[in-house]
Amino acid sequence: MSQPAAPLLRRHAEALSGALPPLMVAAEHLANSMLPGAHGRRRIGPGAEFWQFRPSAPGDAATRIDWRRSARGDDLFVRETEWQAARAVTLWVDSGAAMQFSGDKSRDSKAARASLLAMALALVLLRGGERVGLAGAGLPARAGRGQAELLAYALTKEAQPEGEHGALDLHSAPAGGHVVLFSDFLGDLDHVEAALDVAAARSMRGILVQILDPVEEDFPFDGRTRFESMSGHLNYETLRAADLRGDYQARLSARKDRLALLARQSGWHSTTLHSDRPAAEGLLWLYHALGAGGR
Amino acid sequence: MLSFGALGFTAPVLLFALAALPILWWLLRAVPPAPVRRRFPGIALLLGLRERDPESQRTPWWLLALRVGALAALILALAGPVLNPQRVVPGQGPLLVVMDASWASARDWPRRIERVSRALDVAQQAARPVAVVALTAPPVGAVEFRAPEHWRERLPGLTPRAFAPQAATDWLDALPEGIETLWISDGLARDSRGALLAALSDLGPLQVFEPATPVLALAPASFSGDTVSLTLRRSQGPAQDLTLLAIGRDPAGIERDLARQPVAFAAGERAVDIEFTLPPELRNRITRFQVAGQRGAGAISLADDSLRRRKVALLTVRANSEALALLSPLHYIREALADSADVIESASLDDLLLAGPDVLVLADQPGMTEAEVEAVTEWLNEGGLLLRFAGPRLAGAGLNAAAGSVATRGEDPLLPVPLRAGGRTVGGAMSWGDPRSLAPFPDDSPFTGLPVPGDVGIRAQVLAEPGPDLAARTIAALADGTPLVTRVSRGAGQVVLFHVTANAEWSNLPLSGLFVEMLDRLAVSTRGSLPQARELSGTTWQPEELLDGFGLLHRADDRAAVSGEALAPVLAGTTPPNADLPPGLYAGAAFRLAVNATNAQTQLTLADWPAGTPIESGFAQPELPLAGYLLALAAALMMLDALATLALGGRLLRAAGVAVALGLAGTTPQLAQAQEVSPRILEATESVVLATVASGDAQVDATALAGLQGLSQALFLRSSVEPAAPMTVDIERDELALYPFLYWPVIETSPILSSDAYARLNRYLRSGGMILFDTRDAEISRLTGGTTPAGRRLQRIAAGLDIPPLEPVPADHVLTRTFYLLADFPGRYRGGTLWVEAAPPGAERAEGMPFRNLNDGVTPVVVGSNDWASAWAVDETGMPLLPVGRGTTGERQREMALRFGINLIMHVLSGNYKSDQVHVPALLERLGQ
Repeated sequence: MSQPAAPLLRRHAEALSGALPPLMVAAEHLANSMLPGAHGRRRIGPGAEFWQFRPSAPGDAATRIDWRRSARGDDLFVRETEWQAARAVTLWVDSGAAMQFSGDKSRDSKAARASLLAMALALVLLRGGERVGLAGAGLPARAGRGQAELLAYALTKEAQPEGEHGALDLHSAPAGGHVVLFSDFLGDLDHVEAALDVAAARSMRGILVQILDPVEEDFPFDGRTRFESMSGHLNYETLRAADLRGDYQARLSARKDRLALLARQSGWHSTTLHSDRPAAEGLLWLYHALGAGGR
Repeated sequence: MLSFGALGFTAPVLLFALAALPILWWLLRAVPPAPVRRRFPGIALLLGLRERDPESQRTPWWLLALRVGALAALILALAGPVLNPQRVVPGQGPLLVVMDASWASARDWPRRIERVSRALDVAQQAARPVAVVALTAPPVGAVEFRAPEHWRERLPGLTPRAFAPQAATDWLDALPEGIETLWISDGLARDSRGALLAALSDLGPLQVFEPATPVLALAPASFSGDTVSLTLRRSQGPAQDLTLLAIGRDPAGIERDLARQPVAFAAGERAVDIEFTLPPELRNRITRFQVAGQRGAGAISLADDSLRRRKVALLTVRANSEALALLSPLHYIREALADSADVIESASLDDLLLAGPDVLVLADQPGMTEAEVEAVTEWLNEGGLLLRFAGPRLAGAGLNAAAGSVATRGEDPLLPVPLRAGGRTVGGAMSWGDPRSLAPFPDDSPFTGLPVPGDVGIRAQVLAEPGPDLAARTIAALADGTPLVTRVSRGAGQVVLFHVTANAEWSNLPLSGLFVEMLDRLAVSTRGSLPQARELSGTTWQPEELLDGFGLLHRADDRAAVSGEALAPVLAGTTPPNADLPPGLYAGAAFRLAVNATNAQTQLTLADWPAGTPIESGFAQPELPLAGYLLALAAALMMLDALATLALGGRLLRAAGVAVALGLAGTTPQLAQAQEVSPRILEATESVVLATVASGDAQVDATALAGLQGLSQALFLRSSVEPAAPMTVDIERDELALYPFLYWPVIETSPILSSDAYARLNRYLRSGGMILFDTRDAEISRLTGGTTPAGRRLQRIAAGLDIPPLEPVPADHVLTRTFYLLADFPGRYRGGTLWVEAAPPGAERAEGMPFRNLNDGVTPVVVGSNDWASAWAVDETGMPLLPVGRGTTGERQREMALRFGINLIMHVLSGNYKSDQVHVPALLERLGQ
């Protein structure tokens, strides 16, 4: 899409902007289910929320003395507030063709679910005053309502599949920030491990969110079947698909374990979400995991 | 035709195709089922996995077997397999079919007919002439050889007879040379068979068709006491469980099974004895015994009058002696017979004899007038049994000549032996001996075999005069040889005298069980044994019901009576039943005799055929083409293959879902239909609905409907009748019973009804409906003239209706006062005559009553021509639709028309209620009193 003709460009633009409001609306809807607001750091620091009174010590400025509290007794008290700080959260959604899979027409594809979760999380975070960026799209972490529009645009644009799994590059993510990775992690895990090494080196913490379709968990196939990858590069033929179910599920379980191990080694969280479950469940978990991770 | 054992092939060449099956196996084996293509992101996890069963890379062996099996079945089916192929030997020359057609053939008669039919088929193909001879109904004169078609028409008319075949007559001599014979045998040996067999063998080849199934023969029942014993015999066969039924009429006269008894034949067993122990009530009702589920006259044994209840007449004591019941000489007889006989009692001998008893009991009654003796003697000669008991009066009769009787010594015809006057007493207080006991019964006595209880003692008896025939007439004696019971025959009947009293006065014999048994023997022996030839000579017997070969009874009143001489050997069993004397029930003067198809003498040995005779032993398995079954098998295997292929591909569940969905889609419309209820019927049953009959003219129908609307409205406003909206009915289709009143505008083109509609209309009129015919022509509807076209049409329509005589409505008809008082019945026109059902001719006005007491019912039709509907008609707003008359007069006329309508509907709905109002003054007056 280097230099598309004007009509083509316009059609793409319309298609994209057409997809934008639904994602925004759905994500807003999802985000509204969360209690918005800045999250305290459970530490003394600059912020609006009351944290504690402490007896004033020499050196405290007179302006910091809380006279209403001090008037109840003989001692002088200083009112301390909780430290509330904005974080930089970098999201990454796997844009590979594998994410376009949906086991049932009535279900969202994994990519759609991942985008929805990412966008909703972004909205919640942005409302809380955090800075949110999108890795892979070159969208640096910024705060503000305008960032939401940009994120939504980038997420819908990334819905164009490129290869089986998207490339993960965390070099541009702000150091010390948080990272949330959405993928099915069915591709090569070495890339993920390398990315996590980079993140660890830059003292980033984060969450691995594996999004799976129930079909991928249950493997409900039987008889002679020819499996093809979503991009069509790979294929595999079996005469009795049902025979493979046990082996497949064992491998999937091993992969989940390895993913959890990777996360634990880096002090990250990991979870597996399914596209047939309500998105709000996943969002709630993400929000709390992120809060806990930031503590 | 190629055959392997019982299996043959009509097109064996095709079997070579079976050689190709291994090639097919190899081909199919190499081609596994087509794969399903699926996109699946988890493929990375699958790479390198192997199925557990490497064999499954190929088509599974069972699927291969299924397919090869289907193809093999197809090839075999096309090769024309036939099970039990019949060797069709065309033969030559005329074909003679000889059928035994006896009672023993009835059991599997359809198969015999089928065999004959098959023979006819073969003969028809070879254009051979055929003759069919049933040996039980041999042809008169020579046998006619005809085309097989001729005999095919007569096959259904061939039925087995209830007797055995007769010896061949002249038809055998007239047979031509060179014929082939098919003998449909019943499988039993009989004497007449040999000569026929020899004769037929000489004429040409002989083939025998004979069943291997056993032949059952139920011998006539014999009775002893409460037990009925029968013997069921059979010719041969394996172990067999049967049920023997005793069939008779219940008290309501309905035929039913009165008793049943299982019969079990062990393998090879030829005869089984069955015993029924039945109370006399049941036994008396039995009409026949039958083996359940077996066809044929041999499995039936008819029971005749020997089972019937005896009618016993007791002559009660004439003197008005008020003896105690237990002293009554008849008490013990009554008690002994009550269970087993119909007892009638009277003090008048004439009455008793009129009732036609089997037994007459006289207890110590010597004094009889000459006329009575004559009557009793006549009755005796016809076969009665006179049972007399001694007593003081009988003992004293000889001494007292003044008694005026003829019962003097030696001359009494109603005593078996002459009696000595006075009798004797033993064992009393004044005598020298003990009570005498009974001697064992002699062999020729009817009491033979009855045990003699030791405690029976005789204290007194009357003594017989010694004579040369006394010993022969004594059937029971005391231990000292004096006779206790004597018997003599009188004509067809007999006289029996007990030399003691019937009560316990002279002996305790009446108190013992022996007394009952003796009475039973005597009563039964009246008809119990079969009549002897001597008794039968000179009698005639009318066949009442005859058995056919299948064992069904048919009325036979039209048959000629047979003589007793002819019947005697058949009853005795020396001559089998024959065409002149078929099995059945024969009625004589007093009782009925049963002739059964078989008796104890009937031979049941198997027929013995000379060696070399081709016998189709048993019923050979019929030829059975297997191609259809094999084709069905092939189709079923292919369907299984389709299912298996789906299952292998993992698509079976989805296919099943589609099939179920299709099945559901197919069934839902039927469910919807079942729920359908005509809203029209529902509406008509909600309330009173006036209806108009469609005339075919839209304008007339619309006016009629509007008219009824107007009438309904007026009824609603003025009376408690609240009709719903009127309807138009189609006489041909709609249900009429829902409408109490039909308005029928008749026009020139009104359709003539179908007969079905007439039937419905007549039913409607009879069940209380009313029709108002309106010719709408203002012409005087004088039906005699038929002057107008509509009037003529009305006559034609009404011709098929069940209409009573009509008359112009009289001035005092109840129509004039059911709601309003009316003198005139105008519609849109006025002056037309109104016709209603004519009053009964005798109706007169009673004194003081304003009206006659006219017909009690509602007139079923009212005929007029005043076009009432137009006068009643209103539009949607309830305003009059059509003008009537002029000005106020016209409105008055419309009002009168409405009043007539209201009166009419009231008449329909309340009947003659207003007519009964005439009686109100009288009722009130009566209440006042």
